[in-house]
Amino acid sequence: MITSILAGDTEQYHELIRPYERSVYKMALSFMKDDSDAEDVAQEAFLKAFRKLADFRGQAKFSTWLISITLNEARGRLRRQGLVRMESLDETPEEGSHISPALLRDWREIPSEALERKEVRQMLEEAIGNLSPLYREVVLLRDVEEFSIEETAVALAITTGNVKVRLHRARMMMQKELAPRLKNVSQRRRWFQW
Amino acid sequence: MVIECKHVWNYISDYLDDSLPAETRELVQRHLEHCEICSAILDSTRNIVVLTGDDRVFELPIGFSERLLRRLAKEIGTGSSMPRENPAD
Repeated sequence: MITSILAGDTEQYHELIRPYERSVYKMALSFMKDDSDAEDVAQEAFLKAFRKLADFRGQAKFSTWLISITLNEARGRLRRQGLVRMESLDETPEEGSHISPALLRDWREIPSEALERKEVRQMLEEAIGNLSPLYREVVLLRDVEEFSIEETAVALAITTGNVKVRLHRARMMMQKELAPRLKNVSQRRRWFQW
Repeated sequence: MVIECKHVWNYISDYLDDSLPAETRELVQRHLEHCEICSAILDSTRNIVVLTGDDRVFELPIGFSERLLRRLAKEIGTGSSMPRENPAD
């Protein structure tokens, strides 16, 4: 399909990117916070991908390549808007420091049906949004997009070791923030009513 | 060899990804068998990872695809089959 698009059959481009619309938008939204900015970043990323399509050689998966373009677009937009200091995007994780998880004596499984509730979806979106960009990127690629550790490393141009360290810290931060809140929600409602 | 809770916490992410060396995994498993706190931390982290990956968390806005098509048509001329924002244009 890519070959025929490059040969001039641009009609097919939307068919090519359609399966990735949600992934690209999610990635953009987690950085931009605002729905309309996120949509604009997503559109720009798809346009850039079209213009760079000849550079796509197929060593990486198309989704990985597309997500990398989206990440760069979102980072560039934030920098231009002056919302994020350069250092916070480029900082290295403090590998020596530990993040203690929320301590619980038991955990009652929150079923995925809980996500039918806006309150629960918002909790998750906020927790991801509250992570610094460094950690948000890995969570989005690995846990939201379900990239492998290796694919995440390729998309972020970092080592698999760094992916693991950042992922560990990000997951612990998510657990620390979300576990007590989700536990409260599950105690307030009886899940089987949904 | 016995490991403490705080060491187990460092292994939780790799444990979930099944990327721990066999020997370490066994140590963690043995600890989890008798530690309800670490078991609850592991279960809650796994649960949160699963919920995070659910498609319902980030929904596409209504009309996203149509607006994208229009933008593509406008900027790169991807064809006459693209929907127009206002057919009267």
